[in-house]
Amino acid sequence: MEQISHEITLFAEPIFHFKNFAITNALLTSWLVVVVVIILSFILRSKLRVIPGKLQNIFEIIMDGALDLCDQVTNSRALSVKVFPIAISVFFFVLINNWLGLLPIGGLGILEKGSHSLAFIPFLRGGTADVNTTIALAIMAVLGANLFGIFSIGLWKIFNKYVNLKALGQVFTKIKKDKTVIIVAPITFFVGLLELIGEFAKVASLSFRLFGNVFAGEVLLASMAALFAYILPVPFLFLEILVGMIQALIFAMLLVVYFTISATDHEEHEHEEDYGKIYKESIINSNV
Amino acid sequence: MELDTLGKALAIGLGAIGPGIGIGLIGAKAMEAIGRNPEATNKILVPMLLACAFAEAIAIYALVIAFSI
Repeated sequence: MEQISHEITLFAEPIFHFKNFAITNALLTSWLVVVVVIILSFILRSKLRVIPGKLQNIFEIIMDGALDLCDQVTNSRALSVKVFPIAISVFFFVLINNWLGLLPIGGLGILEKGSHSLAFIPFLRGGTADVNTTIALAIMAVLGANLFGIFSIGLWKIFNKYVNLKALGQVFTKIKKDKTVIIVAPITFFVGLLELIGEFAKVASLSFRLFGNVFAGEVLLASMAALFAYILPVPFLFLEILVGMIQALIFAMLLVVYFTISATDHEEHEHEEDYGKIYKESIINSNV
Repeated sequence: MELDTLGKALAIGLGAIGPGIGIGLIGAKAMEAIGRNPEATNKILVPMLLACAFAEAIAIYALVIAFSI
């Protein structure tokens, strides 16, 4: 009998090939998640009642809490109603992906002839444990945030956030009033360019945070199972359930934050914040 | 070959120092806050977990690097 090894790789392992297209276990899990979400939403939709049943009740509680959390970030119900649908969809997609990835401990899979021995490849590997999925999600979040900004405050303002032609233009219009603008304007322009790099940093940090956490969870569970099988991994399994939840929450919340940042107009926003601060301070003072 | 293993160990080992200190500080401050105002425990818990996850992510970048060496 040959020895069966299960190596943990950074990349999702292909299960079978469809012509040249390798179908990996992470891709399979993502499809499964999509199917689960679709079935769940159809069941919910068909049983929608004024007096909620059990399932509807659970989801009403979740939605209510999530919308409140969304309100805390956006500070306005109108904005959070717009951002909420995409954020909650991403949340459920990531959450179910994370949790499905936890399922196969010694679960189903195929055996494949590796380089030296038989290798075990599980059918399910959390879609978020593959860097391709998380990068796709992160690009979607950042691009979506910019598009949302374009639709809510206009193309010109978003364009000026990155390539600040407005600040450069002020050199000519304001130079008579204020001589310092000739130094300040180029600095503002380069800050805008840094903002552009910051968008790419957002994609990198968002995707690697999610991927790293889920992947590290798999590594942790596998190494604990290797130390002492079946009993030792159990507490870590609960930890991973919690981590999967928290990471999905963080991803969705950061998405809401990015959408909010790009939807708020900076010039107007500063004044609003001042008033908000004064208002808050007056409340605090009156309480004291 | 042996240097490969050393590189992996150094990457995750050094990368875990900063987040370790960070998570310790987050926990300490949260405990302090709960001690001062025990009624705010529920309000403190969720932001604390979020901050922990952000700090933890840095250690996990190091883990990914360690695996990809």
